[in-house]
Amino acid sequence: MTTIDHAGRGEGGFRLSQLLYDRRYRSLTIQAVAMILLVLLVVWLVDNTVTNLSRQGKDIDFGFLGTVAGYDINQTLIPYSSQDTHLRAAAVGILNTLLVAFLGCIAATIVGVLAGVARLSRNWLISGLMAVYVEGFRNVPLLLWIIVIFAVMSEGMPQPRAFRGDDPAASMLLGDSVAITNRGIYIPGVEFAAPLAGSTGWTWALILGAVLAGVLAARVVKKRADARQEATGERPVTWPLRLALILGPAIALLFVFGAGLNKPELAGFNFQGGIHMRNSLIALWFALTLYTGAFIAENVRAGILSVSKGQSEAAFALGLRPGRTMSLIILPQALRVIIPPLISQYLNLTKNSSLALAVGYMDVRSTLGGITINQTGRELEGMLLLGLFYLVTSLTISALLNVYNGSVKLKER
Amino acid sequence: MKKTVLLGTVAGLAAGGALAQNSSTLEQVRDRGNLICGVTTGLTGFSAPDANGEWQGFDVDLCRAIAAATLGDPNAADFVTTTGQTRFSALASGEIDVLTRNTTWTYSRDNDLDFEFAGVNYYDGQGFMVPAELGVTSALDLDGATVCIQTGTTTELNLADFFRANNISYEPVPIETNAEAQQQYLAGACDVYTTDASGLAATRATFENADEHVILPEIISKEPLGPAVRHGDPVWGDIVRWTLNALVTAEELGITSANVMDLAAEAGDNPEVNRLLGTEGELPEMLGLESDAFANAIAAVGNYGEIFERNIGESTPIGLARGLNALYTEGGLQYAPPFR
Repeated sequence: MTTIDHAGRGEGGFRLSQLLYDRRYRSLTIQAVAMILLVLLVVWLVDNTVTNLSRQGKDIDFGFLGTVAGYDINQTLIPYSSQDTHLRAAAVGILNTLLVAFLGCIAATIVGVLAGVARLSRNWLISGLMAVYVEGFRNVPLLLWIIVIFAVMSEGMPQPRAFRGDDPAASMLLGDSVAITNRGIYIPGVEFAAPLAGSTGWTWALILGAVLAGVLAARVVKKRADARQEATGERPVTWPLRLALILGPAIALLFVFGAGLNKPELAGFNFQGGIHMRNSLIALWFALTLYTGAFIAENVRAGILSVSKGQSEAAFALGLRPGRTMSLIILPQALRVIIPPLISQYLNLTKNSSLALAVGYMDVRSTLGGITINQTGRELEGMLLLGLFYLVTSLTISALLNVYNGSVKLKER
Repeated sequence: MKKTVLLGTVAGLAAGGALAQNSSTLEQVRDRGNLICGVTTGLTGFSAPDANGEWQGFDVDLCRAIAAATLGDPNAADFVTTTGQTRFSALASGEIDVLTRNTTWTYSRDNDLDFEFAGVNYYDGQGFMVPAELGVTSALDLDGATVCIQTGTTTELNLADFFRANNISYEPVPIETNAEAQQQYLAGACDVYTTDASGLAATRATFENADEHVILPEIISKEPLGPAVRHGDPVWGDIVRWTLNALVTAEELGITSANVMDLAAEAGDNPEVNRLLGTEGELPEMLGLESDAFANAIAAVGNYGEIFERNIGESTPIGLARGLNALYTEGGLQYAPPFR
């Protein structure tokens, strides 16, 4: 009876054996089994960790973040003292990581684009030099470059006390405003006589906001000029207006808040005042820039070579000069090849900044992942948080750049 | 079928891992045939390789004494270099059996990090070293100075406390190892180097012109340095503790590396010497060691006083006085409980 019943239902019927022998269901079965095995493995790993930790008398507890850190950090972008919590120390480290990553990405892009274009130069000397740079930096570990640059700075530059005396062995540059020492470079800083709400940070935020608003306004002006050119063939001169829109409000604000230069001066053991760019920051920034720049140069070169020769020949035939050909014809087409690998170079740079520990730059790896873990013994928690931070940062960078990539990539319709 | 095999392998591995963790440290050391000690990456006098690549030093000798006591062979000791930041992970994970790396015994390391400190082999305190030409005579004159400091140490916390308590400012330069700190200090990238006073003396001894650097009079902390083991294996902790005590007791009783074998050959007049050297009673056996364990340890490296004088004492370039580390009978703090 039952057999007939099954046959009677035809295609709507379902037998357990179909899970294995029917091609429609087999892949589902395999996926389900693989999923179950994976979950079991993860459960076993987590359980193993927890069991072993509890055998050592340890539990997973993030309460240490609220306790007093007790150690000092030299480079702090937000106020911090040794009496603040480990959480704040981690935040100081995160900002230091983001600072060097931001500076590094910008500088590496500039270096990379210049080197990539120069490597394609017909001038044998320039292209040869760039080839040496690219191959030299791409093929030597980053850590070595960081340490070499750091060592050159701390061994080769004068000590602050060499600037002292009637006939000092070293002297400051640019009208006594910049001092290059073996502890870093001291440059003049901007200080406000009457900052907004008594806070320098808020003042800078306001000025930055004014610049951003100026940039937006300038874009509007440019679009209008473009529209006029499209319509009438005449292009109105807009650059003085655009420049004024971008810089005007910011300069006005600087005057309002009584901005002045704060030059570094030798006082006691060190230079005081101004901005102190530490050896560790410079070494890390410089090394990350040159190292990642070498990879970006190759991306740029590949991108430019991917644009067919006919394009530039057509541009020349229209009478465009080489510079305009590059900026109007080649680069826009090359960008769609350059951007995707550029994103991963930015991610690499950000993650490579964790080598900061080698030169004592206090990034998040050195504060949360170094001293805090060492003082509290919370290796697992600290490393989990650290991993989470790098994951979130990388995904954010990648998401932002994907938006940009979407705007420059070849539009297929 | 294949899945069963896979799962079986995984389960087997898990069980094997669990079993390996359950055996005691002494058994692991005996099975392996050598003792693994965590030492510094190089601090002359305490632990540093000599010209032949042999590890030498005050902490190294303690490790060799433990190897002699547990395995009968002082050369069955392997050394793993650790930095201030990696030492505790290395110990907690079982990569090393004992940490003999001038590590300060503190409450939170003992209880929060879950280690056992098996005594104090050097009573120390944190000091400051500066170039003599700076003309600094007191640590209180260091306002605004740049200070090189080994990161992940108690000195880092003491330094923050000291400068905050005295309301003076400083710029910390965090550094990973003693060698890097030395290089930064000599290059003038920092004005001051701070670490344990013994470490400063050891570092200064390696300078070309040691006279051009002064160690300031302030000692800003208590730094009892001692060997550490993992929490949870009390027998192993006792072995390390009593090996150290045996070395101190040997100095007190006048047992030296020169006369220990004669004294251990047969029971003598002094019952404590007999008990220590295993010719009377069964003290070493209580820890699962051979009866001549402590005799071997003393024969290998000498008593505490000999170890001190040979590595860091006044006759060496480091030139540390016994000070707090003299025996209690001579006004110091080194005092071992009786072998009874």
